[in-house]
Amino acid sequence: MANPKYKEALLRYEKHLTEISSQEMVLNMGPQHPSTHGVLRLQLITDGEIVKEVVPHLGYLHRCFDKHAESLNYAKTIPFTDRLDYLASMNNSHAFVMGVERMLGLDSKIPKRIEYIRVLVCELNRIASHLIAIGTYGIDIGATTPFLWCFRDREHIMNMLEWASGSRMLYNYIWVGGLFYDLPVGFEERCTEFITYFKPKLVELDEILTQNQIFISRTAKIGVLPADVAINYGVSGPMLRASGIKWDLRRIDGYSVYPEIDFEIPVGKGEMGAIGDCWDRYKVRMDEVKESVRIVEQCLERLQKDFKRTAEFDPRALVPKKVNLKTQDYYVRAENPKGELGFYFVTKDKSDIPLRVKSRGPSFNNLSVISELGKGVLIADLIAILGSIDIVLGEVDR
Amino acid sequence: MTFDEIKSMLVSKFGTQLILKEDRNGLQPALFIDKADIVAVCLFLRDTEGLYFDFLSNLTAVDYQTHFTIVYHLNSLPYQHSLVLKVELSGHRSLDELPEIPSLTSVWRTADWHEREAFDLMGIYFEGHPDLRRILLPDDWEGYPLRKDYEEAEKYHGIHIN
Repeated sequence: MANPKYKEALLRYEKHLTEISSQEMVLNMGPQHPSTHGVLRLQLITDGEIVKEVVPHLGYLHRCFDKHAESLNYAKTIPFTDRLDYLASMNNSHAFVMGVERMLGLDSKIPKRIEYIRVLVCELNRIASHLIAIGTYGIDIGATTPFLWCFRDREHIMNMLEWASGSRMLYNYIWVGGLFYDLPVGFEERCTEFITYFKPKLVELDEILTQNQIFISRTAKIGVLPADVAINYGVSGPMLRASGIKWDLRRIDGYSVYPEIDFEIPVGKGEMGAIGDCWDRYKVRMDEVKESVRIVEQCLERLQKDFKRTAEFDPRALVPKKVNLKTQDYYVRAENPKGELGFYFVTKDKSDIPLRVKSRGPSFNNLSVISELGKGVLIADLIAILGSIDIVLGEVDR
Repeated sequence: MTFDEIKSMLVSKFGTQLILKEDRNGLQPALFIDKADIVAVCLFLRDTEGLYFDFLSNLTAVDYQTHFTIVYHLNSLPYQHSLVLKVELSGHRSLDELPEIPSLTSVWRTADWHEREAFDLMGIYFEGHPDLRRILLPDDWEGYPLRKDYEEAEKYHGIHIN
């Protein structure tokens, strides 16, 4: 029998649930609730319509990423990283690969064409991820049309990435030292065509949602997250920026070719009454899609002018046969659509299998703030708050 | 601020005996401190002007078999510098006597879920944590899967695992 000390918190929690007053009720939201965007279970202690306390229960989608990563070599782990945030697989593998390349000292030798292709596919994936965030956020609070529009446009991106990598969502496209394949012939042209098509659609989407009075009433001044609370909880990405902090690792760390690219970092300005409310979080994502479109355009331009496809270009030229790393540890971080995605590697004795890999999912940290935001709100507002956090359970549970 | 400047600020506040050793092997140098100092050091790092480590990026535990190491990755948003702190804990392998370390939840709320994860998967007991339940695995799970000597149970609730 294990030490009772380690069960103490569980007993305390169970006791707390039995000790609620007679007008309070414990209500389970999830794991099958559509607004939890997957298999998240929130236990609510409610008093009528008011949520007194939110207790999140995670782990329904736990797939032992850390354990898998320490029993496989680096190249074999990349498909597992795709399954962390499965809406932005490119960004995940980019972060992972970047960490391994830096430990190998390869990062400065990667050809510019490869880096531009990486940024291109990552930004396309960021648009796709934000489209889901915006579309499902609309449907969470009752707007069906934007959801359909977002999924229609996202499908174009999925098709393009499938063309490049062979898979619709889980790509395994970015490899340590290079890429799976060069872009297919005609990809740049098709991508330009998509951007031309997508820009007016984005204006349309903006018109139907951003200034929609019903949408504003549901989201403005709801779930206000002050900047200090956000930082204290380790919140990152669009959520942190919506609270007014200009913090984007693409600029701060300047990894890959982001320093050569011109883009703005949208922050929450409190246009609807409060900085860091649900509307601000939505707006930051909307603006980021526009910025990502700009980045894609610049990448396409460079790829078609300066770093053209040549017959002798081999995207696998630098892919190491075996990754042997001396004993060291390294924490790499990158800006995922949801926030700061980190991988902590511990390597040992030139083995090609790491001793430990820890993934720091941005959704995991972003979600932890729900207990703070959900105190004393209406149940309907909790849906709005949860949707604005934009979690992916694949990354929360890993 | 560079690693050495941060180190000298820590030494001038807490004395030279604070830093047990340092690791400059990899790309990110790390400071090793004793577990008894961790809360005071982190509060100092968070609140001191010029340091202002307000963002705990990552907290994790590593099983080196001879011992466990808790690793903290700290960041400062205003100054954009970072620091790696490590604490080595003796490697009790017994499930009845987990290695213990003070909790950092009072310094950064991020530590709350990260410490629960380390407790859940690696079996580290964080003293003073307000709600140290398992987070990813079910509450009745036996053992700590990320430990190198973990052996999976044959059955879970009467169902064969393999």
